[in-house]
Amino acid sequence: MGADGTELTAIRDFTLELKPESMTVLMGPSGCGKTTLLRIIAHLDDRFIGEVEFPSDARIGFMFQEPRLLPWRTVKENIELVAAPGFTERDLDRLAHAVGIADMLPRYPQELSLGLARRVALARAFSTRPDLLLLDEPFVSLDEKTADRLRRLLLEVWSERPTTALLVTHNAREAIQLADQLVLLAPRPTHVLAVETIDIPQGERDPKTIDKIHADLLKRYPGNFSSL
Amino acid sequence: MSVTFARAETGQKLRLSRGPWVTILSVVGFVLVWYITAEIAQSRLLPGPVVVLQYIYEETMQGVLPAELGITLWRVVASFVVAMVIGSALGLAMGEMPALNRVLDPWLIVLLNLPALVIIILAYVWFGLNEAAAIGAVALNKIPNVVVTLREGARALDPDLDDMARAYRMTRWSKFRNVTLPQLQPYFAAASRSGIALIWKIVLVVELLGRPNGVGFELQLNFQLFNVTAILGYTLAFVAIMLAIEYLLVQPLERYSTRWRNKPV
Repeated sequence: MGADGTELTAIRDFTLELKPESMTVLMGPSGCGKTTLLRIIAHLDDRFIGEVEFPSDARIGFMFQEPRLLPWRTVKENIELVAAPGFTERDLDRLAHAVGIADMLPRYPQELSLGLARRVALARAFSTRPDLLLLDEPFVSLDEKTADRLRRLLLEVWSERPTTALLVTHNAREAIQLADQLVLLAPRPTHVLAVETIDIPQGERDPKTIDKIHADLLKRYPGNFSSL
Repeated sequence: MSVTFARAETGQKLRLSRGPWVTILSVVGFVLVWYITAEIAQSRLLPGPVVVLQYIYEETMQGVLPAELGITLWRVVASFVVAMVIGSALGLAMGEMPALNRVLDPWLIVLLNLPALVIIILAYVWFGLNEAAAIGAVALNKIPNVVVTLREGARALDPDLDDMARAYRMTRWSKFRNVTLPQLQPYFAAASRSGIALIWKIVLVVELLGRPNGVGFELQLNFQLFNVTAILGYTLAFVAIMLAIEYLLVQPLERYSTRWRNKPV
């Protein structure tokens, strides 16, 4: 559905395989159907025709472009509302400490900065003990320093609670920093341009390494990596 | 320098208008004007505040006034509940189902424009002079307003939060309670606010036309006797009760349900 209400095909003939407990990053320009893709995978798009080999009752953690917290529930309630069965007070405590929101639990979301609200959204996504973690440009519209800190946080929490993750971004640096498998997308209708595997563990990717990988990818896909 | 001054001034203004003093002054002023006018008029048709208060006191001691007030209040509450339940259900359904909305919308407009009196008379003619007809007629007068307000509320529901609830597989009930209801809260508040005011006025008409008791009945009786003291007495007493409901029930409830909004950022 386009912005003007007309129907349009955002994605056609698209196949994607995810490796268990790996981080797949979908990268492509804005408006190339990345968000639609995530919505389809999460079974949120009713007009989708096709097959998602993923049970609709599997547990999902979803980080949206905005935090999407319930403003009338406290941080604690926001997390507990969707947490997996058997998610105890201790689990909550550990998760809250891991993402640095332990002091924020009794607060309401509107008392938080955007960066903090994102941390809560991150904690909420992990609280479901997801079979699949979907991240839709979760660090967009943050200043680079905050975004970088949150990306490290994501990696930390994720390595302690490994799960299959699918992240969407148009930020090349973010993609290189996080991806095990990097999928380059081209727009309208969305199709896969290339799949790159990055073998260096995320924890060992310092800015220098990222620059090197980026330079390499830039050489091979000049159209996709020019905007850094 | 000038900035400091301006801030001090608004601070003072705030303090003045915040306290109960302005309200109290306004009420005292009104009673004073009433008192003086009645003194000058010296007429049975304009009794002063003292006479009216005395009447309220005597009727209360005899138990007549509380009984009549109680009956009217019961009718107000009953009609209110019926109107809110039916109106909300219809409004939400119409807001979420465009097809249903197209079917019911013309009738909604008809009901909105149908005078209360017509509905009351027809209810009495068709269903008899009984309690159910009275309460049904009052509720029917209020239902279209509730429908319109809650339909707006249903249309304003945030699709992003809906996505969130679905992605996280919230149960129907949990989603309704935690995602939908809080978003509708302001619409419920608006509907019940305007609802209580409208309903108690219509209840008096219903009582006046076809009930053997209640404030409306007393008003009609004393109208025939030209007993203005009684009319003012009953009116004042009931207004006092409605004010008490507003300040002691509605407003605290609203403050409680919107407490998350009042937190300093």
